[in-house]
Amino acid sequence: MELNILWFWIIAAMFIGYFVLDGFDFGVGMSLPFLGKDDLDRRVIINTIGPVWDLNETWVIVAGAALFAAFPEWYATMFSGFYLALLVILLALILRGVSFEYRHQRPESAWKARFDLMIVVGSALPALLWGVAFANVVRGVPLDAGYNYIGTFFDLLNPYALLGGLTTLLLFFTHGVVFISLKTEGDIRQRAQKLAVKAGIVTILVAATFLLWTTFAFGSLATGVFAALAAVALIASFLANLRGSEGWAFTLMAATIAFAVLTLFASLFPDVMPASNDAANSLTIENASSTPYTLQVMSWTALFAMPVIFLYQGWTYWVLRKRVSRTTVSAAVETAVH
Amino acid sequence: MNEWLDPLLLSRWQFGLTTVYHFLFVPLTIGLAFTVALFQTAWVRTDKAKYLQLTHFFGKIFLINFAMGVVTGIVQEFQFGMNWSDYSRFVGDVFGAPLAFEGITAFFLEATFIGLWIFGWDKLPRGLHLATIWLTTAGSIASAYFILAANAFMQNPIAFRINEERGRAELTSIGELLTNPIALASFPHTIFACFMVSSGLVISVAAWHLLRKQHEETMRPALKLGMWMMVVSGAITTFFGDSLSLAMTAAQPMKMAAAEAMYETSTGAEASFSIFTLGTPDGVSELFSIRIPYLLSFLSTHTLNGTVEGINNLQAQYVTLYGPGDYTPTIWITYWAFRWMIGLGIAHILVAVVGLWLTRGGRSPQATWVWKIAIWSFPFSLVAMSVGWIFTEMGRQPWLVFGLLRTQDGVSPNVSGVEILISLIAFTLIYGALAVVEFKLILQAVRKGPAPVAEPDPVSGKITPQVTVY
Repeated sequence: MELNILWFWIIAAMFIGYFVLDGFDFGVGMSLPFLGKDDLDRRVIINTIGPVWDLNETWVIVAGAALFAAFPEWYATMFSGFYLALLVILLALILRGVSFEYRHQRPESAWKARFDLMIVVGSALPALLWGVAFANVVRGVPLDAGYNYIGTFFDLLNPYALLGGLTTLLLFFTHGVVFISLKTEGDIRQRAQKLAVKAGIVTILVAATFLLWTTFAFGSLATGVFAALAAVALIASFLANLRGSEGWAFTLMAATIAFAVLTLFASLFPDVMPASNDAANSLTIENASSTPYTLQVMSWTALFAMPVIFLYQGWTYWVLRKRVSRTTVSAAVETAVH
Repeated sequence: MNEWLDPLLLSRWQFGLTTVYHFLFVPLTIGLAFTVALFQTAWVRTDKAKYLQLTHFFGKIFLINFAMGVVTGIVQEFQFGMNWSDYSRFVGDVFGAPLAFEGITAFFLEATFIGLWIFGWDKLPRGLHLATIWLTTAGSIASAYFILAANAFMQNPIAFRINEERGRAELTSIGELLTNPIALASFPHTIFACFMVSSGLVISVAAWHLLRKQHEETMRPALKLGMWMMVVSGAITTFFGDSLSLAMTAAQPMKMAAAEAMYETSTGAEASFSIFTLGTPDGVSELFSIRIPYLLSFLSTHTLNGTVEGINNLQAQYVTLYGPGDYTPTIWITYWAFRWMIGLGIAHILVAVVGLWLTRGGRSPQATWVWKIAIWSFPFSLVAMSVGWIFTEMGRQPWLVFGLLRTQDGVSPNVSGVEILISLIAFTLIYGALAVVEFKLILQAVRKGPAPVAEPDPVSGKITPQVTVY
């Protein structure tokens, strides 16, 4: 296999890593108004992702850097083309990130409410806009002969892309709520389970529509297979949730997101950014990638580094496996220093 | 077109603003991770309460600052593609690799273990928990290496060939790229300057409390560590600053000439270093200056009778090489940034040296002005760091990649001035607001001082550290 084809799938894998991991952070953030009845509830919710949001978010930095190194033309076209959308994502991520750290620095409820709002908005906007962005990549955007995006910001808000955005928003929301049910105890855990069932129904309907649309409008046989697997995993997750198997529900949500990303990448292949106006202007795996030498250097690095990364990140989640409860949080608040 | 909506100008302002801002938090993150790791190591080895108190106290300041470094860093990773897409297309094959290495090896390490450090006090054995702060430190230092190696390519492009057909630079040797002489000198120069910034913070905070005669049991050892760290890192930073100026003179003679605002090529005593210059308003002739003969020759060539090329001479050479154009950076910025970096750097090293003398053998100066000067250590080190970075980046102008790609040729051709104006305003407002919040939170934490810790266990003599919760 050519190295640039390998890197196309490695980029897919990195975005899977990002959406599976930061995806539930977004869902947890968005669920604050639904599940956080009082301040202690909200602290419990935030503490489920407290230790890991930063490592999860780092996946997008790594995915972005890998995209830059492996497919400079793709990185340049997508990031300059989606300028305002990415600006909103960046601002949202900034506000969300500092809010986790700053919310508990002062006791006043007005102070906390301000940061809670930023967590909710800062989680919802990226969850929506990443879907809009990737759906547009799959659908194709107008590009000139130098591969520069020549549409406007509003061209990106077409029905297919908006449905893509709604799909990621709902997938991440459900994913996050399931994560809360997996990571908390008592009343909040039960409320999260109930909310996950309700959200699951809407998510199944919207995601199925989007996956069907993708498969029939832009897909191939591989797209159809991945879309079907995503749908099966999503429904299985819903059923696991009904039975109260949180671990299975969460694992299957992660599988759903992974298969959904694969659906999009399979639709793209062998393009990376198809031009909607003139196929000659499309960016492909061939004309967007770096030299074999650079890809070779990167492949060796990934080969040696990624297993180590999986080990220590997996170990981190294992160390932090205990559920968060109102009792543990309020006890810690009593003696907290940070 | 309206000149205020010039995408090049706006993109340059935005990159400058976001980068200088990001680089206010990064040095403190790198330096404080190391400092906190030292305090925690001291606690694990001695079981003394004061070291645990200092770990928690500076750890809290570290975390308030860390969050800002993280979130402003994502902007850096994205805006090469957003605002500088032609640059990204041109250098991606070369420049992308160190960025990807940085993410894979350094950022993951830092981001994972910081989480374990914050929340792992009651979940990990002591030794393992100590390892997490050291791994965070290692990640932050490794990230500095890769980003400086990437930056070194812009200052001194090596290890590439030009592919005319694709219109881009292509990597020929990763080993050569990562051992760029500029990177080898700027890495230790920058890292030890980061340690100066964190030492500056420790000195300022300790002096503030000691002036008020409070928290003496923790703040005296903190002051001592801060001052020693300042002196040692200051010496190493100066040493590698010298190596860097040699490498820089070889790679970018124009930057050295611009640092000195030296228009004519000079040799020996004439290649003097001016500490201060007053010029005519048009900047063409000099009214008054204080000069040290031979110093510039020494800095640039390590000999007293070396020849240092002047701006006019270099400009003429570059016109022959690269065609008509202005190849000089903005001289007043490089000239003054270079001086403020060196001046403030030396000033606060001296503060630490004098401080060590005044506090020797447990002495405590009674004069309040001594403490008041020491409190300025942190702002001095932060400004010195910042203007140093501004110097090296502004001195690269008008090039994005020296000799290969001009800044004006790297900007995204399809992003409009209006879009960039929107983003510039948004970043300015949000960054400005966050700066106020962060500054107030750090001040609040500093004023509170170190909190008491639990009594030691009567049997083992060990103290249970406090846990963290969001």
